[in-house]
Amino acid sequence: MNTTRLIMVAVGGQGNLLASRVLGEAALMAKIPVRMSEIHGMAQRGGVVESAILFGDGKSTIISDGEADVLMGFEPSETLRAINKCNSKTTVITNLSPLMPFTVNIGRGVYPDLRKIQELIRRKTSRLIAFNATALAKEAGNVMAVNMVLLGALIQTDTIPLGIETVKEAMKKITKKSFLDTNLKAFDMGFSAAMNG
Amino acid sequence: MHKLLKDHVGEKMLLLGNEAIARGAVEAGVAFAATYPGTPSSEISLNFFQISQESDLYFEYSVNEKVAMEMAAAAANCGLRSMAIMKHVGLNVAADVLMTLAYVGVKGGMVVLTADDPAMFSSQNEQDNRYYGKLAGLPVLEPSSVEEAKEMISYAFDLSETLKEPVLFRTTTRINHSNGIVQLGPIKPRVTQGDFIKDPFNLVTIPAVSRKLHVKLLENLERAAELSDTSRFNMISGTGSWGIICNGVSYAYVDDGVEDLGIRNKVKILRIGFSNPMPSTLIKSFLNGCEKVLIVEEGEPFMEEAVKAIAQEDGKTLQIRGKSKDLFSRLYEFSPSQVRGSIAAFFGVPYTPPRLPDLSDIPEVPQRPPNLCAGCSHRATYHEIKKATEGMETIYPTDIGCYTLGVLPPLSMADFLLCMGSSVDTGGGFSKATNRKVISFIGDSTFFHSGISGLVNAVFNNHNFTLVILENGTTAMTGHQPHPGVDMSHLNLEGYGRVSIEDVVRGIGVTHITKIKPYKVKKSIDAIKEALNYKGVSVIISEEMCVLYAKSLKLAKGKPFQVTDKCKNHRTCLSIACPAFFLWENRVKIDPDLCTGCAVCAQICPENAILPIKERSQSS
Repeated sequence: MNTTRLIMVAVGGQGNLLASRVLGEAALMAKIPVRMSEIHGMAQRGGVVESAILFGDGKSTIISDGEADVLMGFEPSETLRAINKCNSKTTVITNLSPLMPFTVNIGRGVYPDLRKIQELIRRKTSRLIAFNATALAKEAGNVMAVNMVLLGALIQTDTIPLGIETVKEAMKKITKKSFLDTNLKAFDMGFSAAMNG
Repeated sequence: MHKLLKDHVGEKMLLLGNEAIARGAVEAGVAFAATYPGTPSSEISLNFFQISQESDLYFEYSVNEKVAMEMAAAAANCGLRSMAIMKHVGLNVAADVLMTLAYVGVKGGMVVLTADDPAMFSSQNEQDNRYYGKLAGLPVLEPSSVEEAKEMISYAFDLSETLKEPVLFRTTTRINHSNGIVQLGPIKPRVTQGDFIKDPFNLVTIPAVSRKLHVKLLENLERAAELSDTSRFNMISGTGSWGIICNGVSYAYVDDGVEDLGIRNKVKILRIGFSNPMPSTLIKSFLNGCEKVLIVEEGEPFMEEAVKAIAQEDGKTLQIRGKSKDLFSRLYEFSPSQVRGSIAAFFGVPYTPPRLPDLSDIPEVPQRPPNLCAGCSHRATYHEIKKATEGMETIYPTDIGCYTLGVLPPLSMADFLLCMGSSVDTGGGFSKATNRKVISFIGDSTFFHSGISGLVNAVFNNHNFTLVILENGTTAMTGHQPHPGVDMSHLNLEGYGRVSIEDVVRGIGVTHITKIKPYKVKKSIDAIKEALNYKGVSVIISEEMCVLYAKSLKLAKGKPFQVTDKCKNHRTCLSIACPAFFLWENRVKIDPDLCTGCAVCAQICPENAILPIKERSQSS
């Protein structure tokens, strides 16, 4: 089975690691070989969290620069920061709702223009799906469900070897029961957003 | 029931490397485990801590790695299967134990887990701890994957019992923090009560005994070499005439690289999982029929030196290369494409590296340096020290913990750092070698770990500096593990003692002790000034619970603040770099969702413009 390489980047607290676990569990259920690695040092202190997920045969658990098939960013400037992982064939999915770095908040840095971010990513990769996942998560009933909105979008692009039902089964297994309805709704909204965008 | 205690033999689970290691140890019947927390090893102990609360596994957070290893060594000398878990630099602290424990040996299996951190994701150096195996004369095992880590732990306990020596189990961050699918095996019953058989002339390391024990160690090492030669963890795949020798995660990158380059039929791979002693007979036979050999290992040329020496002994002159400017670096960690590229270059295989995107027109993306949390009391203490030392020539030796983040501007409150406890001892050194006012910072857990002996030394030798102990009631940086000063009733756990830092400091003989509540800014500054004027060793204990820990225990009481119309835009508040602040239309604002109500900013605002939000609905 060919290897599919997915990179997810987020700011600490955005639920990136839970999203990775959902995908990992889904792969386990579907009997698809999967390996993941994560760098989450200092996540609780506002740092960047990166996870790499590799589906299919092979042994490596990390993804080299220029070799991601899919890049999914939970925050637009973080998506741009991870562009070095992409190549001209990469599919990129990004949330468009910024989380201002503290350096920007206190006037010691400039946040890149959102239109410019999209234009740059579009030019350097094969496809960009960009939408406000945070707004959709709020609409679904919980701002913390950004990760599930993005998972919905990811599955819609059909870029990784996992189907809707498997991922939803994994969500039922892994995510908190009290949030499940909201999470499933968020997933569906992300799926639709990707279909339209 | 804890998920790692499940008796579902054959079930497949997605586990983090550290969970797989803990499960492997549980399956092997580990009965006794001790640790000092340290990334990337921390989740192994966290799982043991949880498991110990619902089983007869004995687990403790020891005060440091030396203590942890000695605890485990005693248990293993009573026949228990024991484990000491630490990050790579922790083994430096425990090295004194390790060197002589190798002489004394063990009865029950003992595994010393060292989690190395190539690329230093969360460490002060990237030392390669395989050399500890060589230095101590102990076997070293290194897994290449999460699945293998679980299998290998069981083997490590068996090997330890066969050789009657502790076994070093070396991981790297990419094993500890990767996830893989692991198949559960049966759990061996734990033997939790052992017996100690007195044998002082083999167990009390006076010179006459140790001279004899060193002979035994060397015999054990020979035996280990034979076992390494036949170990299933040193394995050869493929039959070509191009040889690659690799270990750890490098094996994954090599195997994928050989596949990607389409050279499977030309390459023979020797994967070393039992790396000390190196399997010399196996390596000799591997070298037979190889035209040239590439060694792929992160870190130091540990295997490369051994393989070259073995080839020389065997009169072989084939090319053997590894670390060099054009192939592999000793720095940081490898990546799959880097390994693929070096394999292609060394064997002359046509290869086009991945086309990297053009980054020349990408604007600078603002950094997200890790920051002290909103409401963190370290920020308050740093601000107060800064105010109290205005106009003074200072040196700030710091230590290992969250508070090391104070190195970043605008706080800039860290000048020197070596290792756990170094703030106290270098503080003494700086004060003797210069005329500057020296103020050292150390956290409570680090103080218990390695700060106490330095403070004793400072009192005895009459040093002149101020030690600030940041007492936040937990080991915050590694994920809120307990330490001897922690109130364990917060965790609903009974049967623990509690050591008061103030009593310890007083007991050591420090006469000038000041306690501050860092959220009370003016009072703290006055108290600090007074302590700094003292000639000799003075200690300031800054006491306030870690705000994240308080939140997790539901003990946080603060209500959020806001910047009111009285603000004249001095922006003094921004000098403390609290992440709850942001600028909006050129005015300072506070994010009420982040503000914890510590009120430090309110006390430093020259206009008293920062006030509590009365009603949450008023917040913007």
